Amino acid sequence: MSIVTVRGLTRVFDVSKPWLNRAIERLPKRKLTAVSDVSFEIEERSIYALVGESGSGKSTIGKMVVGLLKPSGGEIKIEGVDLFREADGDTVKRIRSDIQMIFQDPFASLNPRWRVRDIIAEPVAAHGGDVKGLAEKLLEQVGLSAADAGKFPHEFSGGQRQRICVARALASEPKLIVCDEPTSALDVSVQAQVLNLMSDLKDSFGLTYLLISHDLTVVQHMADRIGVLYLGRLVEEAAPDDLFSAPLHPYTRMLLEAAPKIDGFGRDIEPPQGEIPDPINPPTGCAYHPRCPLATDQCKSERPALSADGGRRVACFRAGDMFQSNIRRPGLGGM
Amino acid sequence: MTIPVLSVRGLVVEIPTRHGVMRPVDGMTFDIKAGEILGLVGESGAGKSMTGNAVIGLLDPPARIAEGEIYLNGDRIDRLRLADLRKRRGKDIGMVFQDPLTSLNPLLPIGDQLTETILEHLPVSMSEAKTRAVAALEEVGIPAAAERIGAYPHEFSGGMRQRVVIALALSAEPSLIIADEPTTALDVSVQAQITALLKRLCRERGAGVMLVTHDMGVIAETADRVAVMYAGQLVELGFVRQVLSEPCHPYTDGLMGSTPQASKGQTRLRQIPGSMPRLGNLPPGCAFSPRCSYVQDKCRQKPELRLNSCDSRTACWFPIGAPA
Amino acid sequence: MTDSARQTQVTAPSSEPSRLKTVWESDFGYAFRRSPVALVSCLVVLFLVLSAVMAPWIAPHDPFNPVTLNLMNGFTPPSTPNAFTGDSFWLGTDDQGRDVFSTILFGMRISLFVGFSAVLFAMILGVTLGLIAGYAGGWIETLIMRVADVQLTFPAILVAMLIFGIAKGFTPVEYRDQMAIWVLILAIGLSDWVQFARVVRGATLVEKNKEYVQAARLIGRSGGAIMLRHILPNVLSPVLVIATISLALAIIAEATLSFLGVGAPPTQPSLGTLIRIGQGFLFSGEWWILLFPSVTLLSLALSVNLLGDWLRDALNPRLR
Repeated sequence: MSIVTVRGLTRVFDVSKPWLNRAIERLPKRKLTAVSDVSFEIEERSIYALVGESGSGKSTIGKMVVGLLKPSGGEIKIEGVDLFREADGDTVKRIRSDIQMIFQDPFASLNPRWRVRDIIAEPVAAHGGDVKGLAEKLLEQVGLSAADAGKFPHEFSGGQRQRICVARALASEPKLIVCDEPTSALDVSVQAQVLNLMSDLKDSFGLTYLLISHDLTVVQHMADRIGVLYLGRLVEEAAPDDLFSAPLHPYTRMLLEAAPKIDGFGRDIEPPQGEIPDPINPPTGCAYHPRCPLATDQCKSERPALSADGGRRVACFRAGDMFQSNIRRPGLGGM
Repeated sequence: MTIPVLSVRGLVVEIPTRHGVMRPVDGMTFDIKAGEILGLVGESGAGKSMTGNAVIGLLDPPARIAEGEIYLNGDRIDRLRLADLRKRRGKDIGMVFQDPLTSLNPLLPIGDQLTETILEHLPVSMSEAKTRAVAALEEVGIPAAAERIGAYPHEFSGGMRQRVVIALALSAEPSLIIADEPTTALDVSVQAQITALLKRLCRERGAGVMLVTHDMGVIAETADRVAVMYAGQLVELGFVRQVLSEPCHPYTDGLMGSTPQASKGQTRLRQIPGSMPRLGNLPPGCAFSPRCSYVQDKCRQKPELRLNSCDSRTACWFPIGAPA
Repeated sequence: MTDSARQTQVTAPSSEPSRLKTVWESDFGYAFRRSPVALVSCLVVLFLVLSAVMAPWIAPHDPFNPVTLNLMNGFTPPSTPNAFTGDSFWLGTDDQGRDVFSTILFGMRISLFVGFSAVLFAMILGVTLGLIAGYAGGWIETLIMRVADVQLTFPAILVAMLIFGIAKGFTPVEYRDQMAIWVLILAIGLSDWVQFARVVRGATLVEKNKEYVQAARLIGRSGGAIMLRHILPNVLSPVLVIATISLALAIIAEATLSFLGVGAPPTQPSLGTLIRIGQGFLFSGEWWILLFPSVTLLSLALSVNLLGDWLRDALNPRLR
C-alpha cells in the first residue's frame, strides 16, 4: 500500500522583479517552473529517493510533501488525504502529525536559544501532549545520553546535532519522514553513523522515508526505489539495482559515470558535456537534449512522456537504444 | 635526485587562545614532485586547509607557523618577508579555492584580471598578455573565449567561474598549484569536468598539485599519492591505490568502510564511533585512539610516521596487515 | 565557542543560579574583563544609577520639601560655609538654597526614569513592528517600513516637540506637571522606535529562512508562537546594543527638551531642567549651579554610550 501518492505535481515560482521596476523597465513577469508534472508513489515502510543536481526541484518537492509549500498544480495525497484540499481540520491535524522532516544543515535546524529537551519535545508540546521524559527517551534511542537534554545545541558536534534532529522528528510518532540531504553537511564517518541510525529506526518504528539527495552513493545504499529528476521533471524511476546496473535515461547514465568512484584509481573519463540550463528558459523538447550524446531532431522538438515498462519508468525517446547498449556493456553501475 | 616542487618538513601551526595553545597542524612532513598530484584528505577540522594556507602564507593571525620548514623548489619560503612571499606566491604558486567568487574581483572583467596577472609575473608585452589570456581561457574550455574576455565574473555559471579561476591560477605558469576543495560546491557533472581539466593541465604543464578535499572518490580518481590527516596530524601517506585499497591506519580503514559505495550490498555501513576530538581537547598519545577498535596500552604514546610493510607510511603502533 | 553560544548566555533570561558565573567565564565575560573601557564605563553607569535609585536615602537634603529649605542658604558656593547660616554644602546651593548635590541625585532619577522608560517603550514598539514586518512580509511589511521611513525624515527632537506641544494642548493645566513626564517618555519613545524596527526586521528576515523556523512551521506552530518563541530570542542581541546606545541618546534628548523648557517641569527637575536653571546664573558668577549637573549628564551619557559601543563590538564582531 502506498502512503504517499503524488499526481502531476507542479510548482511555479514568480521570480519577477518588484512591480515598480517592471513598470519602469518594461520587463515581463518571469516564472520559474521548479517542479513540473511529477508523479510517484511511496510504498509504506520503504525508502523512496529523489536524486538530482541543483535546480532539479528535489527540495521543492520535499517541501510540498510536508506541506511547507503549496503546489501550483497537481495533488499530494498522504494516507489518502490531500492536505491542501481537505476541509476537515481534525483530519489535517492528524495527518500532519504523521509527517516529519529532517533538514540538511544541522547547525541551522536547531534553535540555538533552546535547550535540547524543549527542541525535541516541541512537536508534542505544540499540541498539548504529555512531554514528561519524552526527550530523554528519544535521546537514548538516537544514541545520545538522557543527560544531554539540558544542554544547548552549540555543545554538540554536527553529527550529534543531526541525531537531535532525528529525535525531534520521531517525537510525534510520525509514519513518514522527509529527509532533505540529511547527511550532506556531515563528514563521511559521521554520515555512516547517521545513515545506520536511520536504517535502524526505520525497522524499529516502521517508518517510511522520502530521501532527497544529490549523492548517488548514499541513495544507492539506502533506497528501495529511486526517482531521477532533471530540471523539475522525473526522467527515470527504478529500483536501485536496475538503475545502477542498466540506466535507461542518458542523464542517469551520465550521473553514474561522472560520480567519482572510490576505486576508480587514475580513471580518465570523457567528462560530460555542458551544464545545467537556466530553469527560467528551459530548452525545448527534452530538457536534456543539448547535453545528450544520443539526441535526435525529435528530442529537440518533442518532450518524451514518462512511460512505464516492467516496473520502471523512463522519459526518453532513445530508451530502447540505451537498453541495447546496456546489454553490450554490462556492469556500468559497478560502483 | 630532483628537487621536489614543494617540501614540507615538520610543519606545526599554532593558534594561541585563552584556553591554551591549539595546534591545528601538528608535524606535517611531505613532498610534492613536479607533475604529481598529492591529495590531502581528512574530515572537517583535520587541519588540511590550514596546511594549505600555511604553505601559501595565508594564515589568519593569531595562527602562525611555530615549527618546521617549507621549501619551494629548494628555497625556504616560511621565513620570507611578506612582500617577497607575495611575489613568490603569485609567480610560483597558483591557488584554486572552493568558492570561485572569493578569488575573482567582481568589479573587473575576467580578461583584465588575467592580463594583469600575466603582466606582473611574465616578461611579455600588453598585446602578448592579451593573446595569452584568451589562450588560457580557451585552454580551460570557456567557449568563445575571445568574446567573453570582457565579461564580469557574475556573468558566468559556477562551473565556468571555477574554470576562470583555474585559468587565472595557471596564467603565471606556477610550479605548484594548491586546490582547496575545488569541486565541493559544484554539481556532479560539473565536478567531473573540473577534475578532468585540473588533471590534464597539471600533467601538461608539469606542475605539482596539492589537492585538498574531503571526498575520497575525487582523491582516488585524481591524485597520485595521498596524505590522510586526522586531528592535525598526518596518519598515513602513500600511493593512492595502495592507501585506499589496503589502508594500514585504522582511521583510513574506517573512512573507507564508512563510504557507502565501498560497502555495496551491505545493509549497514561500517561506522567509526564518536567524532573527531576538539582541538583544545586532544587525547594523549595517538589522537585516534579513543575511536580506534584496535587500541592497546601502547597507543597512549604518540606514534611516529613510519615506513610500513607495504611501501606507504603510517603513524600507528599496530598498523593493519602488519605482522603482529 | 561559537558566536551563538555567547549570545545565548548574554541575553537569554537566566533560569539557573550558575548563570551569572557562566556569563563571567564565557568568551563574552572574558572580553569584558579584558576591556578597560567596558569595565570603567560599566562601573560609572552602575555607580550613577545606584546613587539615583538610592537618592531619597543618600541625599543630605530633600530639595523638594519647602520646610527644610532656607532661602538664606541661597547661592552658597561649594564646600564653603554660608555667610549667614554657617551651613556648608558639598556642591553648593542654588538661588533658593537647595543643595545642588541633592538636586542632581533627584534630577538623575527623573532623567534615568524618562530615559529607561522611553527606550523600553521604543523597544517594545519597534521590536513588535519589526518582527511583524519581517515575518509577515508583503503589504504589511511595506506599510510598516514606509511609516518608519517617513518617521526617520523628521529629526527626533522635532517629533518630540510636536508631540509635546499637542499633548500640552489637550491636558488641563492642573495636570500638566504630572503629565509632562509621561508625555516626555511618549515623545522620545515615538521618535526612537524606527531603528529597533529596522534592525529586528533585518534579523527576522535572516532567521525566518533558517531551518529551525521551518521545523516549527511544520509542527503546526502559529505565526505568533514562532515569532515570539523562536525568532525573538535570536534577534535580541542587536536589540540589546541599540537599546544601550539609545539610552544615552534618550537621556540627552530628555535633557535637551527640558533645557528648551518643554520637558520636565521645575517642580520635578531633571538634569536638563537643572542645566536650564543653572544657565541663568553662569554670568553672575554662580558657576557651580550649571557645572555640576552638566558634568553629571556628560559622564552618564558618555559612559552609557561607550558601554553600548563596546557591547556592539563584543556581540557582533562583523561590525568592527
